[in-house]
Amino acid sequence: MQTRLFAAPSPHIHGAERTQQIMGDVVLALVPALAVSVYVLGWRVLMISAIAIASCMLFEYLIQRFLLKGRTTIGDLSAVVTGLLLAFNLPAGIPWWIVVIGALVAIGIGKMTFGGLGCNPFNPALTGRIFLLIAYPVQMTDWTTAVPDAISGSTMLANVKAGAVALSEVDYLTLLGGHMNGSMGEIGALALILGGVYLLWRGVISWHIPVAVLGTMALFGLCVAIPEGGATLWQLPLFHLLAGGALLGAIFMATDYSSSPMTHKGMIIYGVGIGIITMVIRLWGAYPEGMSFAIFIMNAVTPLINKYCRPKRFGTK
Amino acid sequence: MNELLLTVLTLSVLGAVLAVILYFVAQKFKVYEDPRIDEVEKMLPGANCGGCGFAGCRAMSEALVNRDNIASLNCPVAGGETMKSIAEFLGKAAGAQTPKVATMRCGGTCAKRPKVNTYNGPKSCAVVNSFYIGDTGCAYGCIGYGDCVAACKFDALKLNPETGLVEVDADKCTACGACVKACPKALIELRKKWPKNRAIYVACRSKNRGAVVAKVCKAGCIGCGKCAKACQFEAITIDSYLAYIDPDKCKLCRKCVNECPTGAIHIENMERLPKEPKVVAPKAEVKVETAKNE
Amino acid sequence: MRTFPIGGIHPHDNKEWSKDKAIERLELPDQVAITMIQHIGAPSTPLVQKGDKVLTGQLIGQAVGFVSANIHSPISGTVTAVDGYANGQGQRRLMVVIKREGDEWVEGIDRSAEHKRECTLSSEEIIAKVKEAGIVGLGGAQFPTHVKLSIPDGMKAEVLIINGVECEPYLTSDYRNMLERAEELLTGVEILMRAVNVERAVIGVENNKPDAIAHLREVIARDNYRGIEVMPLKMRYPQGGEKQLIAAVTGRQVPPPPALPISVGAVVCNVSTTIAVYEAVQKNKPLIERVVTVTGKELKSTHNFLARFGTPVSTLLDIAGLPEGDNKLLNGGPMMGRCIVDLTAPLIKGCSGITVLSGKDAVRGQELSCIKCAKCVEACPMGLEPYLLSKLGKMQKWDAAEEHNAADCIECGCCSYTCPSYLPLVDYIRLAKQTVAANIRARAAANKK
Repeated sequence: MQTRLFAAPSPHIHGAERTQQIMGDVVLALVPALAVSVYVLGWRVLMISAIAIASCMLFEYLIQRFLLKGRTTIGDLSAVVTGLLLAFNLPAGIPWWIVVIGALVAIGIGKMTFGGLGCNPFNPALTGRIFLLIAYPVQMTDWTTAVPDAISGSTMLANVKAGAVALSEVDYLTLLGGHMNGSMGEIGALALILGGVYLLWRGVISWHIPVAVLGTMALFGLCVAIPEGGATLWQLPLFHLLAGGALLGAIFMATDYSSSPMTHKGMIIYGVGIGIITMVIRLWGAYPEGMSFAIFIMNAVTPLINKYCRPKRFGTK
Repeated sequence: MNELLLTVLTLSVLGAVLAVILYFVAQKFKVYEDPRIDEVEKMLPGANCGGCGFAGCRAMSEALVNRDNIASLNCPVAGGETMKSIAEFLGKAAGAQTPKVATMRCGGTCAKRPKVNTYNGPKSCAVVNSFYIGDTGCAYGCIGYGDCVAACKFDALKLNPETGLVEVDADKCTACGACVKACPKALIELRKKWPKNRAIYVACRSKNRGAVVAKVCKAGCIGCGKCAKACQFEAITIDSYLAYIDPDKCKLCRKCVNECPTGAIHIENMERLPKEPKVVAPKAEVKVETAKNE
Repeated sequence: MRTFPIGGIHPHDNKEWSKDKAIERLELPDQVAITMIQHIGAPSTPLVQKGDKVLTGQLIGQAVGFVSANIHSPISGTVTAVDGYANGQGQRRLMVVIKREGDEWVEGIDRSAEHKRECTLSSEEIIAKVKEAGIVGLGGAQFPTHVKLSIPDGMKAEVLIINGVECEPYLTSDYRNMLERAEELLTGVEILMRAVNVERAVIGVENNKPDAIAHLREVIARDNYRGIEVMPLKMRYPQGGEKQLIAAVTGRQVPPPPALPISVGAVVCNVSTTIAVYEAVQKNKPLIERVVTVTGKELKSTHNFLARFGTPVSTLLDIAGLPEGDNKLLNGGPMMGRCIVDLTAPLIKGCSGITVLSGKDAVRGQELSCIKCAKCVEACPMGLEPYLLSKLGKMQKWDAAEEHNAADCIECGCCSYTCPSYLPLVDYIRLAKQTVAANIRARAAANKK
C-alpha cells in the first residue's frame, strides 16, 4: 500500500455540509408545494417542472462546456433549483417552448453572464420569469388553460384589486390549502410554509429575510387598513400574505444566497425593502402582483447593503 | 403641430441652459495639468505593470515631467530607446540603462528534487510558504504553483509540468519585476541581458550546507567553491555555502560551468566548453595563473 | 450556560479516542533536539557547545530580550551538535542535540511527589521564577508566561481565567491534567492569583468534560481553595481562544488590536501552563516536559504521554502505531494544528497533541465556487467577513484587507470549516493577516523615527 504524507494549512476537518446538499434541501423543501400543485392543477405541473429543470441543466451544461470551455458544474444541483423555481413562477397551462425560453434567459443571462453560481446579482429564476412576463404577457397570465372549469381567468390578487371580489368574500382556508388561480408554486400557502420551516430547521436559510418580508407586508397592510377599520384590519394583511407569490417569494426567491445580503442586519433591511415595494405595487401599481419586481429591485440594492451593513467587529460597541 | 414645436423648444432651451451650467462648473473646477504629462504617457507602453516602481504609467509620466533629474527613472518595458526619446522631449538627460531579464534560480526539477510529502491545499506559493517548507525537502527551491506566472503581465513565464519549475521566455520578459515580488522564496533575479539571450547563472538559492543540500536535491549548489576558483574575473562569490555569479563581472567565459559537480550552474543559448580530460586539468590551471601573472 | 457572543461552530469533539487513557510517563529518549525558538519572540541564545556535558534541567538557551523564554535541557548527557535541523514543518531551526547518559538532575530541583501548597513569595519573586523556568503558553500559542503575568503600569488585573476549555477536537492533555493533577493545578492557580494580585480566579471548562468539572469542584471544596470557581461553558469552538474565553467568562470583549486582554482586567492562563507554574515555583523545576496527546481514529493505540521536550515525533508515533496509507500528522488539533512533514522533528513546548488523520480524513474536499451563503460570516467569532478577506488576500489587496480588519483574525478556521464549497478561506486570510500585520509594524517603526 502506498504511504503518503499529506500537508495542508489548517483547518484539517470540515463540517458535513456541502453545496449539493444545500441545493438538495431546497429542492426537497419545494416538494410539498409541488405536490399541492399537482393535486390542484393536474399532471401538467410535473411536465412543466421537468421541462424547466431539464432545460436549465442542459443550458448550464452547454454554456459551460462549449462557450466557456471550462469545468461543468451541473452536479452541484443549483440548476435544478433554478429550474424548479422558474417552473413555480409559471402558470400550469403555459406552452412548453416558453418554458425553454425562460430557462435559457434564467441560466444564460441571469446566471452564466455574471460568472455562474454565486456570482449572479439577480435571482436567475426571477430573471427568467420577469423576461417571460414582459415578453409573453398573455400566456403568462392565463390561468385557465390547464383547468378548463376554472371560475375565472384572473388570480385572487387581480380580482380583489379590480374590486371584483371583496376582501370579506375571500375564502382564506382555500388560499391556505391550495387554490386554482396562480402560478404553479404559489397556490398552496401551507405547503410553502412547511418547506420554509424545513429550510430553517436545516439551517439552509436564516429567519431574517422571510420574517422581514412578510412582517413588513403585514404591517404595511395593517396601516393601509386602519382608515377602513373593522374586519379589514385582519383581512387585508392576511390576504396579502396568503395570496399571490408572497410566501414563495419571501421563503424561496428572496433568500437566494448570491443575490441577498451577507449579514443579518443587511437581510432585515433587504426584507423590509421587498415588503414595502411589493405592497406599493400590489395596492397602487399597474400589476396585481409585485413580489418578483420587488425582489429584483432589492437584488440590485444588495451590493450597497453589503457595503454598509458589515458584521459587528468583535470588541467594538 | 403646436405640441411638436413646444417639445422642440423646451428641449432646446433645456439643453442650452444645461450646457451653460456645465461650462461654468467645468471652468470653476478646472485643474491645471502639465500637458506634457499626457504626451509622455502616450510614449510609455501603457502596460501599467509597475516595473518602474510607480503605481502605473500615469504616475511614472508625472514623475518624469516633474522631477529635475530623471536619470534614475527607467521603464523596463519600453527600454532605453524610448526613455531616450522621452528625455529628449522633456529636455532632460536620460540615464544609461542596461537591459535586464528575469532569471529563475532553481534547478530542482521533479527528478532531481523528489517530493517528500503531498501538498493538499490551495495552489499558491504564498499559501504554501505561509505555513511550511513545501512538498520537497528544500526550503529554498521553487514551490511550483506559479505565483510568478500569475503575476506576469507579458506571458513570459511558463510552468513546465515535466520539471515542476517555472521557465522564463527571455524574448517576452520586460524585466518589470512583478515576478520578483511575487516569488515568496526570492528565486527570481533581474540579471543583465546578454545578446542572443545568453546567460550563465547559479540555479540554486540554498544556503544550507552541502551535505544538507545534496540530501534533498541533486541539482543544488553545495558551496564547494570550484567555480569560484575557476573564474578569472572574480565574478563568483561564495556566501553561506552558496555560489553567486555577479552578472556585471561575468564575461560568459563558461569556465565555471564544467567545474560544477552538481550542474547547478546553468548555461543558456551557448555551447558548453568541451570537456577537457582530467589529466589535462592542472595544465589549464597553470595557464590561468600565467595569464594572471602577465 | 455561558459562551462567547458571536460566531463559532460545533465540530464533533472526537475526544473519546484518548480521554480515558491515563497519563503515562514516556521512557527517556536516547537523543533529543532542542529548538532555540519555542516561544513567540526572539530566539534564545544557546549556552552550550558541542562536547559539553549537561544535566537535566540545566539552562541551555538564554532568553534574548523581554518577550523570549529560557530553554532547559530535558535530559542529561553530552551535546553532540548545535546546528540547524528541520522542525516539524521542515524549516531549519537552530537546535541543540543532546545524547542521553543516565538521568542526572541539576541540584535544587525537588523531584518528590509530595504536594507543596504553601507559597509566601511576592508577585515579583513568582514572576522571576516563572521567567527563569522558561514557561510559555502550553495551549499552543507559546507566548512567554512571565510577560503575561507582568501587568503593565496603570493597568489592574481583576480576574484570573484558567483555560481548561480544550475546544480543539481530539486533544485531551488538559483534560487528563485536570483529572489527575487537580491539586497541583489548583495550587498553581493560587500562585498565579498571588502573581497578578487578584482575589478571584475562574477555571473555564466546557460541558463536554463533566467529570473534570465535578472533580475540580470536589477538590476545591475538600482542600478549601478560596476564590477559585469552576465555570462550565457551553461547548462551542473556538471557546479556548483567549478573547472568546474572556468574553464567555466575564461578558466583556477585548477591544480590537493593539488592545490586550488586560485592558478588560483579565489574565488568561492554560491548565497545563498553570501546572508548569506550580512546578517552577514550588519545586524549582524548569519546563522540560509536558503532557502530549497522541490520537487518531486509525492509530493502533492512543496515549496521553508525559514526555520530555526534544523527543522525536517518530518515537511517539512508533508507540502509537501509524496506519499505512494516507496520513496527515498534526502538531495540535485538527482545527488549528500545523502539519508535521518531518518525523525526525522534536516535540516542542507548544505541542499539546499529535493528531493523526488517516485515509479520507487526510484529504481535503474539492473546491467549488463561492455561493455567498454567508455561513462564514455567521461562523466568524471575530465579526469579520471571511469570504471577502479571503478574496482580498488572494488578489493581494493588502490595504483593503487591512480596512476590513484582517489583523483581527485569530486563524481559528471556523470559516473554512463551515464553507459548503470547501473554499480555502482561512488559508488566504492568514496570508493577508501576516502581510497586514507586517505593514502595520513597518508603519509604526517609521513613525517612531
